[in-house]
Amino acid sequence: METIISIKPLLAILVSTVAAFLIMLTGEKRANLREFWSVAAGVIKFLIVVSMVPVILNGKTIEYTLLHILPGIDIKFRVNAFSILFALGASFLWILTTFYSIGYMRSIKAHSQTRYFVCFAIALTTTMGIAFSANLFTMFIFYEGLTIITYPLVGHKEDAESLKGARKYAIYLLGAAKVFLIAAIILTYNLAGTLEFSKAGLFPPAVQAEHPVLLSIIFVFFFFGFAKNAVMPLHGWLPAAMVAPTPVSALLHAVAVVKTGVFTTLTVIFYVFGIGLLKNLGVNVVAIFFASFTIVMASVIALSRDNLKARLAFSTISQLSYIILGAALLTPSGIIGGVSHITMHAFAKITLFFCAGSLYISSHKTEISQLSGIGKKMPWTMTAFAIGTLSMIGIPSVGGFVSKWNLVMGSLEAKNIMVLVVLLASTLLNTAYFAPIVYKAFFEKEHIEKGHHEHHEDIKENPFMVVPLFLTAIATIILGIYPDFVIGLAREIIK
Amino acid sequence: MEDIILNRLDYPILTITTFLPLAGAFLILFLWNSTLIRWISLVTTMATFIVSLPIYMHFDKTTYKMQFVESYKWIPALNINYSVGVDGISVLFIILSTLLSILCVLVSWKAIQNKVKEFFIALLITETAMLGIFVSMDIFLFYLFYEIMLIPMFLLIGVWGGSNRVYAAIKFVLFTLAGSVFMLVGIIVLYFSGGKTFDILALSKVYYPVGLQMWLFLAFAAAFAVKVPMFPVHTWLPDAHTEAPTAGSVILAGILLKMGAYGFLRFLLPIFPDATKIFVVPMILLSVIAIIYGAYVTLMQKDLKRLIAYSSVSHMGFVTLGIFTLNQTGVVGGILQMINHGIVTGALFMCVGIIYERTHTRMIEDYGGLSRSVPIYVVFFTIFTLAASGFPGLNSFIGEFLIISGTFKATMLFGALSIMGVILGITYMLWLYYRLVCGSVNPKIERHLHDIDLREIIALAPLVILIVLIGVQPNLLTSYMDVSVQHLLEKVNAGDVQQIKIVRIFLEIIR
Repeated sequence: METIISIKPLLAILVSTVAAFLIMLTGEKRANLREFWSVAAGVIKFLIVVSMVPVILNGKTIEYTLLHILPGIDIKFRVNAFSILFALGASFLWILTTFYSIGYMRSIKAHSQTRYFVCFAIALTTTMGIAFSANLFTMFIFYEGLTIITYPLVGHKEDAESLKGARKYAIYLLGAAKVFLIAAIILTYNLAGTLEFSKAGLFPPAVQAEHPVLLSIIFVFFFFGFAKNAVMPLHGWLPAAMVAPTPVSALLHAVAVVKTGVFTTLTVIFYVFGIGLLKNLGVNVVAIFFASFTIVMASVIALSRDNLKARLAFSTISQLSYIILGAALLTPSGIIGGVSHITMHAFAKITLFFCAGSLYISSHKTEISQLSGIGKKMPWTMTAFAIGTLSMIGIPSVGGFVSKWNLVMGSLEAKNIMVLVVLLASTLLNTAYFAPIVYKAFFEKEHIEKGHHEHHEDIKENPFMVVPLFLTAIATIILGIYPDFVIGLAREIIK
Repeated sequence: MEDIILNRLDYPILTITTFLPLAGAFLILFLWNSTLIRWISLVTTMATFIVSLPIYMHFDKTTYKMQFVESYKWIPALNINYSVGVDGISVLFIILSTLLSILCVLVSWKAIQNKVKEFFIALLITETAMLGIFVSMDIFLFYLFYEIMLIPMFLLIGVWGGSNRVYAAIKFVLFTLAGSVFMLVGIIVLYFSGGKTFDILALSKVYYPVGLQMWLFLAFAAAFAVKVPMFPVHTWLPDAHTEAPTAGSVILAGILLKMGAYGFLRFLLPIFPDATKIFVVPMILLSVIAIIYGAYVTLMQKDLKRLIAYSSVSHMGFVTLGIFTLNQTGVVGGILQMINHGIVTGALFMCVGIIYERTHTRMIEDYGGLSRSVPIYVVFFTIFTLAASGFPGLNSFIGEFLIISGTFKATMLFGALSIMGVILGITYMLWLYYRLVCGSVNPKIERHLHDIDLREIIALAPLVILIVLIGVQPNLLTSYMDVSVQHLLEKVNAGDVQQIKIVRIFLEIIR
């Protein structure tokens, strides 16, 4: 495979850091200029990422070494099909999230907006860093960086509840990283002498033959160490992080945090261990078991949640495990399904979160039971919501169908009936917890409580928020009808 | 003489570096204006720093030999020489000492208003003693500097310290003296059994019977373990740190604690290789206890300075752990971590000092919401907190990474235990950060809080640069030590295997 040395990945990473400095210097007083930096950086970042796509589609990779740290450890970036797919989604959605944030934060007249946009920009730097890492060390630096920089975002409201949520968020993620990840990385380094990702896995054959048990332990450590993948039982941080402002939740769920969790987990499967070694060890069964359990369990919990954001959070936990499940099946269709679900789920879930935020800003509703008849007052929002829901359930012609189809194919290829049952059952559960929301919004009459009847009169949708959420909804449909681009990149991975 | 490279520069660089602060102290003796004294101290420490720089530029990284060696007869009757030199193990501590001394002067600028002259004289004498310890090639000279160091340190704590200063100062001296008495006996025995010489290199060429090695090891280890401090002789440290003025704490954390670990590397490992291998398991065990126990005790501290002091116990546990893994990765990590700890803990003590100067309280419960009242300060504090908790990309992470990697190579069990220490480390640091920076501001201290000024930024900024630089380019430092450490370990591991069979078996069992 041909390799091109180019500084582009580094530029894509740094552009939002530069923006963060500009945002900081511009400050609270010149808000429009400050927001311009965010938007400009988002567009530039996206264009840089797009400019790398043709090279990757030609079957080449881009590399850039920044620093040599220790023997076998560098700060090094590499762009391949997997990373470009992730980076494209994240950088595109960042632009929309920025617009949405502007509308959201201004509507609620939030405090410390400069800090908010600075952290947001740096969060994107770290996300890109993870996407383009060429080794575990680089990935770990950015992974930890992302946790730290999103902490002030999660606790943005600074009241007792959000500080508590943010604390839980930090403890889970940092704790898991310290307990499992460091040990796993150091053991990997001691065994392999390098941390560099490689297509065949980074462990030399002699080590593979000599230490099967230790390698299995290392895999399990990685699996739980990257707790951003929200596999049960280490999922508690995600519902706790629901205290964050809605655009942050969108960022957490669709753009950055959880997606880096599954991205890193899949990287470990593909490029640290390699599919062949995992098959030999048979340790992917652990991943399949925990992912399946999470899919079903999280869906059941989602059913019981009346708070819209909480229900969406548990839906995310469940959907993330689809991605891991697909990859852990280690069959071509399973991998394609899992990888493409990163993108499909991102667009659908960000739509749903945008809608939740729009509902909150325009009508101050947070509970599902309050949503009766809201579809007439906020038609754009709820239509987009319905589209997002369809993708979550996996109805044909919407993005989620494509990935789910491949996942089901993967389970058949692996001849794993349990996985098939899990997938089908979860589809049913998805329908059970999403359909009632749409039904309520469009087909139920609103209950007007006494003394509150003036409430619905002044509900207006905020264009700053409606435009992004409608765009993501449309993108979800486009991804469903023309999935070739995403599937094509996913195919590159298993070549 | 094949193990040394004489000083090739046309001036005695090590001697000048070592005694320049003393000359400054002498000059201050004749001055009465406190502002002038402060400036002279600053100029002296900066000059020392600049003078010390050529040592790095001209240092030959490809050899383990002692470099820049100067040797003169001093007391011929006893075969005592004034001989100084540096190798890859000691060279980095010289720049650390000269750099931290500048920062010590800067942080004492306003904090010390009482007996200014005497304070800066004590500070400068301390610097000479510190440098002397790291350059000594003669064990008698080493012991001399080692003991001289105590006097100004005793004064720094006992005169300019907090409310309980006398108790802390006396405890510090008693502990250290109790330890170094054993070392003195050890030195005398070594002198007679090693061919009546005090030359460290000559002594390390002699083979001592294993029984004697063990006794001497214990004698020297007693002195150095107190200095490190290792569990269970660490109890003087929290008191000394808590009561010392900021500059004293910075020196204590930055340099003084390093002398113990440096002593292990300079004396115990090369001179008593067999004894080292015999005692390696208890030493590792004590290190791991220090790491975990130290971290637990840190968690429950209510006093800011005490908290950071106890965290030193835990961090120094990592250093000794790294040294006694007896493999390249671990020892290099241990030395690197000594330097990292000097920088980070020094920085944290400076941060505490800065905030204490304003509020006059060290109780953590009195603080809160600093991000609102002193934002620039919080930026620095955040970086130091992250560094102390081993955040990847910053300096401590590399050190801890190497140490744990080395420990895993030696024994899996202790590797896993040291991970525990990392977890606790991030816990107490982030919890401290949370209590100081988040939440609401205490109205009692709010009016005293004003953000840091330019002098304080200048004092903190170099440390930030070092933290990031070492984090991304540890080669800058590790390349100095690699060859020397390799040579040292060859010497240690070439010892008589027959004698230590039992230990090997024991190691195999717990592996």
